[in-house]
Amino acid sequence: MNSTTIIPLFVIIPLAAAFLISLVGRFIRRSSEIIIFIASFTLLGFSIYARFLLNSAAGKIMVYKIGGWVPPFGICMVMDGLSSFMLVTVNLIAFFVAVYSLAYMEQYTDKPKFFTLFSLMVCGMNGVIITGDLFNLFVFLEIASIASYALVAFGTEAEELEASFKYAIMGSVASAFIFIGIAFLYSFTSTLNMADMARVLNYKENIWIIPFVGVLFLMGFGLKSALVPFHAWLPDAHPSAPASISAMLSGVLIKTLGVYSLVRILFNIIGSNHGYLTILMFLGVTSMLVAVVLALSQWDLKRLLAYHSISQIGYVVLGIGLGTPLGVFGGLFHLFNHSVFKSLLFLNSGAIDYASGTRDLKETGGLGKLMPVTAKTNLIASMSIAGIPPFNGFFSKAIIIIACLQKGNFGYAVCAVIGSILTLASFMKVQKFVFLGEIKDKLKNIKEVPFVMLFSMVCLALICIFGGLMLLPSFRFFLDDAVAVILKGTSYAGVVLEAASRP
Amino acid sequence: MTLYFLCLILFCVGLYGVLRKRNLVKIIIGLGIMEYAMNLFFVLLGYRFHGRAPIDAKDQNILNMVDPLPQALVLTSIVIGLGVTALVISIALRIYEKYGTFDITKIKRLKG
Amino acid sequence: MIDNPKTGMTLIVKTITRLTVGLILLFGIYIILHGHVSPGGGFAGGVIVALSFVHLMLAFGKDTAVAKVSKNMASNLESIGAMMFLLVALLGFLGGSFFLNILAKGSPFNLFSAGTIPLSNISIGIKVGVGLFAIFLALVVLEKSK
Repeated sequence: MNSTTIIPLFVIIPLAAAFLISLVGRFIRRSSEIIIFIASFTLLGFSIYARFLLNSAAGKIMVYKIGGWVPPFGICMVMDGLSSFMLVTVNLIAFFVAVYSLAYMEQYTDKPKFFTLFSLMVCGMNGVIITGDLFNLFVFLEIASIASYALVAFGTEAEELEASFKYAIMGSVASAFIFIGIAFLYSFTSTLNMADMARVLNYKENIWIIPFVGVLFLMGFGLKSALVPFHAWLPDAHPSAPASISAMLSGVLIKTLGVYSLVRILFNIIGSNHGYLTILMFLGVTSMLVAVVLALSQWDLKRLLAYHSISQIGYVVLGIGLGTPLGVFGGLFHLFNHSVFKSLLFLNSGAIDYASGTRDLKETGGLGKLMPVTAKTNLIASMSIAGIPPFNGFFSKAIIIIACLQKGNFGYAVCAVIGSILTLASFMKVQKFVFLGEIKDKLKNIKEVPFVMLFSMVCLALICIFGGLMLLPSFRFFLDDAVAVILKGTSYAGVVLEAASRP
Repeated sequence: MTLYFLCLILFCVGLYGVLRKRNLVKIIIGLGIMEYAMNLFFVLLGYRFHGRAPIDAKDQNILNMVDPLPQALVLTSIVIGLGVTALVISIALRIYEKYGTFDITKIKRLKG
Repeated sequence: MIDNPKTGMTLIVKTITRLTVGLILLFGIYIILHGHVSPGGGFAGGVIVALSFVHLMLAFGKDTAVAKVSKNMASNLESIGAMMFLLVALLGFLGGSFFLNILAKGSPFNLFSAGTIPLSNISIGIKVGVGLFAIFLALVVLEKSK
């Protein structure tokens, strides 16, 4: 039992928790809450431990062979810089959202079913991140997607069902395109292991299949990550979910199923070329501007936040599409920051909904005096997303804009700055209408939300404040390893296969 | 080669159903046809010339078989399709209870 | 299975169902158990097992079928099937690796061979069979929600 046996635990623990909750949640009171708290806390601990374990591994990579079968005959699980970075992001947000849901889900019936689906979604996302096999990625992607379709419809109101139906059909069409892409790649290279496929693609001459597969993956994963031509499901699906699920969907799901998978397949398997990266940058900038303009006219708080999710993912894709070390660093840093502050914003909207029963901006007002903690954390998150120093959003946006200027794309940098200004305008509107001003009559008696919800919000706000410290040299290994994996490109395959041949 | 082309035509028929039909149940049927076309395409990729079914039996020693890996993967994919279909059908039934119609042009409360 | 003339289908269907439902269940179990020898395995066998329960419900009406496998029992059995599968996979940890095949692998084409594969097939068969019947129950025995 060497140190690599920690890797499959990221899939085993949420899976066991899901079925255990589904079995005993109905008989023993409060058992579902205890099990999910233990499971998510353990996952967070393991992900941070695995990040430090990776520093001492040879070649900064750990490979776990399932069943002892050596790849390419068997499925392997790979933990490298990018995987451990994404694992820490996902499990951090999952822990805080699980703690928040302990109190928030009191208004819905049937908590065991909620926690089962939540745990299955976390299992699917962890599986997508650590797997080293392409079809295994598709299976875990489907597990996470189906759990999220069911979670969006959890409240079973009329509008939630409509949003979930739209999301399910569009998500299934995207999965169909991804499946056909995997089928084409399998027929061309006759292997499914990611490292082996990269090795084979290196010496086979590229015919029309590779750009074709690239477009198919862009359509499929672009829909999962809500880039602009494919974004139409997100403004309906994210507001309709319960607030903790909105935080999970907006915070981590669109990033692991969309951006991470696209990056992994594009940079490490197919090999990035200039045209594809230009398309990614163009789609990123379009997402940024279109979504933030559409967000200015929204009066529903969660719908406004959903449009801002699309816009910030545009920043991430712009950063990664630049392809330079600074650009990719900025993109990945913004991915982590956006998970933190967007989850915090959605949890705040859930707290407002829990206390006052409404999401409409025109009906709230002056809640700042009655809910002080919520108001302060919302202010911190709004300043983060708008990019005001010294919060973490400022650093990542600045790095992306500087990287654009370094590469010479002045137009994209100007668009990024405009997007940032409009984001600030939008959140000043939220602050004014929700927290400042006069209290309406029917909202005079609301109180602050319970302690567990405040705990999650305050912790996420603290990460927002101190997030900029990740640029310090002693903490930069967290991001530098991830950037190194992306920039290594297809020569990454040799590292994985060499690590897999060790016992 | 014509077989792959026919799979593509079946996929496009399913995609037409998802895009242009107005009844919720017809959209779900179109999605089902798309999944059939995908699975069929993946299984057909494993065909080898003069191959036979990849079942190992005690008294036969013919060695050229078709590729068994796509068949195992398609089994998984069929079950995934089953799960999605079951979920989407139950959502459609609940939509009928709440809205009173299956017509998607009338189920339009979320906009903007 | 008592024949209540007001529920279910006609007398001919009910008589034939009494004869064939057990055979369908047996056939499903056969396909599950022989998953490592002939085509089939957990998924396909599980679907056939679910079909036997659905056949019972279609012919006799929902009360008889719910008396045999109620909604709570279906939900519990499904979770138990999934936990069994996870347990079989974790048994591989004893041998050193996740999902390792640790039981004795006899000679091929025997019923008791291939290590932990028949156990995985049985757990998946239970889960899929009961799970599909639970989906059918939830869709057919739908209570009107307010």
